[in-house]
Amino acid sequence: MSNAADTPVLRARGLRKEHGEGEGLVRAVDEVDLDIGAGETVAIMGPSGCGKSTLLHLLGGLERPSGGQVWLNGRRIDDIGEKDLARMRRTGIGFVFQSFHLMEELTAVENVELPALLAGRSPRAARRRAEELLERVGLAGRARFLPSALSGGQRQRVAVARALSNEPSVVLADEPTGNLDSAATLDVLQLFEGLHGSGQTLVIVTHDARIAATADRMISMRDGAFVDETWLTGGTTGQLGALIGLED
Amino acid sequence: MGRLLLVGRLAVRDLRRRRTETALLLLAIMAAATTLTLGLVLRDAAGDPYHSTRAATGGPDVVASVGRTAGPPGVSGPAEPAGLAELAELAGAPGVVDHGGPYPVTAARLQASGRTSDVQAVGRDAAPAPVDQPELLQGSWVGDGGVVLEAAFADAIEARVGDPVTLDGRSFEVVGVAVTAAMPPYPKASCIVPCMNGAVPGDEADTGPPAGVLRNPGLVWLTRADVRSLAPDPDSLAHVMNLKLADPDGARAFVEANRGAIPMQPWQDILDDATELAGDSQILLLIGAWLLGLLAVASLSVLVGGRMADQTRRVGLLKAVGGTPGLVAAVLLAEYVLVAVVAAAAGLTAGSLTAPLLTDSGAGLVGSAGTPSITMSTAGLVIAAALGVAVVATAVPALRAARSSTVGALTDSARPPRRVGWLIAISARLPVPLLLALRVAARRPRRAVLAVASIAITVSGVYVLLVLNAFLAAQPLAGGYGDAQVELLRRVLLVVTVVLLSLAAVNAVVITWATVLDNRHSSALARALGATPREVSTALAAAQVLPALAGAVLGVFPGGYALFAAVNATTGGDGGRAPLPPPWQLLAVVPATVLVVAALTAVPARLGARRPAAESLQAGLS
Repeated sequence: MSNAADTPVLRARGLRKEHGEGEGLVRAVDEVDLDIGAGETVAIMGPSGCGKSTLLHLLGGLERPSGGQVWLNGRRIDDIGEKDLARMRRTGIGFVFQSFHLMEELTAVENVELPALLAGRSPRAARRRAEELLERVGLAGRARFLPSALSGGQRQRVAVARALSNEPSVVLADEPTGNLDSAATLDVLQLFEGLHGSGQTLVIVTHDARIAATADRMISMRDGAFVDETWLTGGTTGQLGALIGLED
Repeated sequence: MGRLLLVGRLAVRDLRRRRTETALLLLAIMAAATTLTLGLVLRDAAGDPYHSTRAATGGPDVVASVGRTAGPPGVSGPAEPAGLAELAELAGAPGVVDHGGPYPVTAARLQASGRTSDVQAVGRDAAPAPVDQPELLQGSWVGDGGVVLEAAFADAIEARVGDPVTLDGRSFEVVGVAVTAAMPPYPKASCIVPCMNGAVPGDEADTGPPAGVLRNPGLVWLTRADVRSLAPDPDSLAHVMNLKLADPDGARAFVEANRGAIPMQPWQDILDDATELAGDSQILLLIGAWLLGLLAVASLSVLVGGRMADQTRRVGLLKAVGGTPGLVAAVLLAEYVLVAVVAAAAGLTAGSLTAPLLTDSGAGLVGSAGTPSITMSTAGLVIAAALGVAVVATAVPALRAARSSTVGALTDSARPPRRVGWLIAISARLPVPLLLALRVAARRPRRAVLAVASIAITVSGVYVLLVLNAFLAAQPLAGGYGDAQVELLRRVLLVVTVVLLSLAAVNAVVITWATVLDNRHSSALARALGATPREVSTALAAAQVLPALAGAVLGVFPGGYALFAAVNATTGGDGGRAPLPPPWQLLAVVPATVLVVAALTAVPARLGARRPAAESLQAGLS
């Protein structure tokens, strides 16, 4: 089902996730094979409940698969301990969630520097990196703001900056525009376009075809399995807003 | 009526839905109620055995005594020589309706089973006396060559009827064991001849009391002839006389009115001395009840705070279907009031069942307190205290919930965490577990304060218990207590200690669990961002250990010192006399507390960190 890249950053084979047992058994993810190359942007689409988010959690090591294997940068991660998995997430994976998941009591810059502090960087280096990232996402002037003082789009940009804190191999975004209005969606998409342009590997889960149209590759899921895969030549180049119908 | 029924039904259903929390609430209030009950029952029960003894022995209203010589300065006993004539005059004073004696009294040294004790030997007639005829518990009354021992003294020296004893080297046989209301039981005996009770000056230098002064004397009865034969000369005898007044309640006034050279003791003073032990036990228990009450408030505040946060949506639903703010507050309060009433009832029952273990006045008085009855005032006080604890802990969150906006409550927006900027800045410089721990603690400063207070209260209590234990161990007779009384006080200390530590342990677990639940989302997020489960669980436990450390230090100083000073002020005790526990014990309290809290919080913290991160993050979306 997938076109394997020469040196995939992320690779999955026969990936399964089951809930319940007997007649109540539900296969959230059903025998998925996937290869994602360095610098590639992949959009995974499908209706609610088709297993998109679960797949993302499995790829990022947030959930354990019921079967199959996952490799990140050539290292198998489905069978390693929780501690190693956590260490892998520090530097290998950056998460962007639909509901932002920012810590309400931390300012924007404190949220962004948190993964670097967890990874053991010095407070000064972590802060410098966080400020750079906030500048990159256009929020240098909002660095000392609490999340409650930011708009939805700004919060998601903070979340993207946080995901990049440790320069991860791959950023996994779960419905990153699901809670945003059109203008904020455009902001975030432009941000992803910039990331793509800089060679960042991205996996974006979405049910919005317009968002998926900005990727290099679009995979459709249904009932936990891949049902279609499309390589998009247009990708995220050119008139992004016009392409996805957010601008005239 | 229908509204009341609705409030009750909603409250009961919610309590049944959260059985573990309800059980913890019940336990916390019940512990405080039980200890308070014990304290109050002890107060009621303390006087009973003395009154029974007074009734059974025709106890005197006033005891007057005269001695041969004045004791050394600071020594209680007859102040100066006085004559039998003055006693005779007192027997005829207005208000006196009957009298017994004067009886001759001499000092002697008693040896029994290898033990030597000072005694005051009172010479009595074989015929019953109209006033103060000691009630025999065993054996028979005095006869030639036979000695009757005061019951508490007999108990202390483990003497039984039939045992041979010597008095100043002369052989006697124990023929009886009796109780009297004319003198407090051993080792609180009144001094008819010069004597000292409690700590004796010179003990430290092992020089003993001054010459001619008895130390913690026991009371024995002999025939008049035997007493006279023990005295070196007739002039060395002291005399005691027991008076019955027309108005027993006016005994103190009688003593004031007839104050002269003759020392007199009204029955009320004897009662105070006789029940001092019970009074001390009661004070310990009441202080314990106060400490436990404070712990219960801390425990409840955390539980209630956590529950109220969970009940936000329920509050919204109640309001959406027409519930007024008053009804919402009533439903929330009713749950805790219900628990408080049940806990008070359970505490009253447990307290009244446990009380006999602590109200045994020893062998010095007739009859034990048995199972003391719960008076209306005791029941009322315990129920009021339990309700007070519940209302203090729940009123603010209940009113806050009642005033919240319906829409806001329906969307179940979680209580936003607090931001403590300086703590967040400091934590950035710390290792990951401490970084997360400080931030966890900073999110809920009120809960951290409650945790500090809870530990400080417990450690203060432990400090005072250590001081009292060291006091009892080092100088069992310093407080005028015999072995049996020391054992009883130790039992009281043990009860207070066990309940105090148990409730503190419950508190630590409750606070940790509330923290775990409250931090589910942020813990999951930290894990998604790269924190290991161990770092998260260590952080959750450390978030409790840090306040525990602060609480333990504050509990030793100033908490322990302040509480001990309060105990002394309440009891009128001499704090300087009590030896402080060794410094290593005080120092050990702090790390021991931290270790215990770490152990107690490790399990809930680990359970909390084991929940899959994705599940917690998904739950945050719903």
